[in-house]
Amino acid sequence: MSQADLSIHGQVSRTSATEMMTAPAFSLSAKKMAMWLFIIADTATFAGCLFAYGFTRNATPNWPRPFHSITNVAVMTLILLTSSFTMLIGVRSARNGDKAKGFRWTMITAVCGIMFAGLHLKEWMGLIAEGATLFHNPWGTPLFSSMFFSITGLHLLHVTGGVIALIAVGLRYQGGRYNADDLEITGLYWHFVDLVWMFVVPLVYLLNLAH
Amino acid sequence: MTTAETHKSDGMTKDVIVFVCILALAGLQFLIAYQDISASQMFVRMLSVAVIEAGLALLFFMHLEENRGLKWFFVIFIVFVLLALQYGWTDSFRLTDGVPWAK
Repeated sequence: MSQADLSIHGQVSRTSATEMMTAPAFSLSAKKMAMWLFIIADTATFAGCLFAYGFTRNATPNWPRPFHSITNVAVMTLILLTSSFTMLIGVRSARNGDKAKGFRWTMITAVCGIMFAGLHLKEWMGLIAEGATLFHNPWGTPLFSSMFFSITGLHLLHVTGGVIALIAVGLRYQGGRYNADDLEITGLYWHFVDLVWMFVVPLVYLLNLAH
Repeated sequence: MTTAETHKSDGMTKDVIVFVCILALAGLQFLIAYQDISASQMFVRMLSVAVIEAGLALLFFMHLEENRGLKWFFVIFIVFVLLALQYGWTDSFRLTDGVPWAK
């Protein structure tokens, strides 16, 4: 092998190494990777909260089952699942270059989020009217309402943050400051909020349904 | 129909199918809630349905199925967290049933 060949090979291998070191992790943009890392960390947070709930429920004799109707939570679930689908349409439209449609569906998603939060507050008000607070409830162990308000409150906080993010990113996308990627990243967060609800409903609501 | 339009329509059809499946699974959870079974059986059934629902949302709504590396990173991390949490699980039984060796 001549000296020229060696230098050519040396050049090629150095270039490959540089490319490897500068290539984004999992072929994702930095923004999208940051969102995924947030989602992964937040999944651990919710897993911890739901585990703590399961632990407490299992260790507490006569755990109350105060829910008599699931109509409200069923409507809330339907709205949140539908909002994930509308977000999907919004992102797909933005990816296809249809800016107006992308913005419109993002705003529809935000409206669904507001409806969900409204119904959630209605649910809370109903329980508060029955005498449930963070440290007390009329059905027995106060741990029930502590767990209920903490877990659903944390989720509601995520929904509220998501609605604000959807409106802010949607408006900036409409104004040309953000692109379809930014909309997709916000969509990832919104799908995550929906995903968490899939576990909150059976564990916190349906398992506490009065029979 | 052009190739781009076919792709668009295919993607949307897949999204609709996944959305309907997730809705049906959510409905199934509500049906399980009215079954005359023990709380532990109900817990297992509901959690199994929730895991399938979440899997569908992750793979198709969040497009995790398109990124193999990220998919495995996510799965390994979550499984590790869930397994680590199980460390304290038996303690909750001890609180209600008492320590088995405390006789």
